[in-house]
Amino acid sequence: MSLVASLVVPSRGLALDLDVTPGRTLALLGPNGAGKSTALQALAGLVEYEGSITVGDRSLDGVEPEHRKVGYVFQDYLLFPHLTVLENVAFGARAQGRGRVASRASATEWLERLSVGELAARRPPQLSGGQQQRVALARALASAPDVLLLDEPLAALDVEIRDEVREELAAHIKDWAGMTIVVTHSFDDVTALAADVIVVEKGRATQRGSVRDIVREPATAYVQRLVRNWSDD
Amino acid sequence: MARRRSTLAPALWVPAGLALGLLLLPLVALIVRAPWATLPSLLAEPTVVQALGLSLGTASISTVVCLLLGIPLALVLARSMQWPAVPRRLLRALITVPLVLPPVVGGVALLLLLGRRGLIGQWLPFTIPFTPLAVVIAQVFVSMPFLVIAVEGALRASDRRFEVAAATLGASRFTVFRRITLPLIAPGIASGALLCFTRSLGEFGATITFAGSFPGTTQTLPISTYLLLQTDPNAAIALSLVLMVVSVAVLVSLRDRWVPGVVS
Repeated sequence: MSLVASLVVPSRGLALDLDVTPGRTLALLGPNGAGKSTALQALAGLVEYEGSITVGDRSLDGVEPEHRKVGYVFQDYLLFPHLTVLENVAFGARAQGRGRVASRASATEWLERLSVGELAARRPPQLSGGQQQRVALARALASAPDVLLLDEPLAALDVEIRDEVREELAAHIKDWAGMTIVVTHSFDDVTALAADVIVVEKGRATQRGSVRDIVREPATAYVQRLVRNWSDD
Repeated sequence: MARRRSTLAPALWVPAGLALGLLLLPLVALIVRAPWATLPSLLAEPTVVQALGLSLGTASISTVVCLLLGIPLALVLARSMQWPAVPRRLLRALITVPLVLPPVVGGVALLLLLGRRGLIGQWLPFTIPFTPLAVVIAQVFVSMPFLVIAVEGALRASDRRFEVAAATLGASRFTVFRRITLPLIAPGIASGALLCFTRSLGEFGATITFAGSFPGTTQTLPISTYLLLQTDPNAAIALSLVLMVVSVAVLVSLRDRWVPGVVS
């Protein structure tokens, strides 16, 4: 079961083909405004697109967001401010019709797996950025998606804690058996989180390959600059 | 500039003080002249109890009706961004008409619609005017705009992306509405409902025009107060006190809990 997508969103100038296999992470790397987030929104059914998206033999075209089984970790996490952390993470299972007790038990498990079990009774505004990110990840994973989308997962965090949170995020994603697509403009994120990369510039793929391919032979001036800055660090 | 402003101050203080006095002194008079000693017995009089019960009952029902009908209307207004601007603005303007309309005119209009020979009333198998139902309809007519405006404002201010996030977690539209949208706009709903309730409780003009003033069935607290002023002024003052206390209580609860910006 893999994700194969051919995405065309004319209103935002996006035309992109991509595919991911289970257990692997694909990074969409590109400058701001390149259409990376639009690609995620199309995958989640949040913008209208032409083309096709299939997960295994299941077509997602015309399927409402709530039935796509596509989890989304938003750039600013969007944790529900009126619910506790536990209720946030249990929300998906509850909404999909599972019982209150079962949903809470599975939410507790996810929170513990992401080492934020002690935050269960807190409310999102009381959490640090790194904690919010882990709760958002737990919430998305607890809804049992086939595909996990991460939109600039580290952009909302303070620079000092980014490296640490990035490492943790990488470990959690590696543990997860599903397919992950991460959107970023940081080469650090790519090397830490992803195996495969598509460089997106102005709505088109300008280079595809493994992280190693990209480092060895950056195809465009944009990637060259990113790789150079990254190796300088 | 600062110096000029300070020379203006004394000239400002006179009208400002007059305004303040005009707003507050009548309430002071009401409190000072209230028959405190006989208040409990006055409030226990059958006519008073009757009017109080009728008012609380009808105002509560009106508030519930406003919630049931007003929240959907607010949703339509707030979420109709894809409509052309002209009908959308026109609709919003029309909804606020009852706010500025003299209540008596509202009562006359209701009679012409729902009266025995009214536009709709002539086809109805039952009579609406001069019944408790008419009281409720009059109250809903004048107070619904408060709720719609409060809820619509809350909807516009709330971040719709929370609803999107809920959908990606597998929540149906109804679940999103019940568990995300409604709780997020709850403060707006609460303040709208409180405003509705106070406005309904104080309703006079539309009610007396459309529903009359039959003791026990349509004679609400404000109408009773007005009539008692001619026969039993002390009872009228007691009722006025009750109405004032309820209004002030609503105001205080609104400021403390639901309008954080006001307290700063």
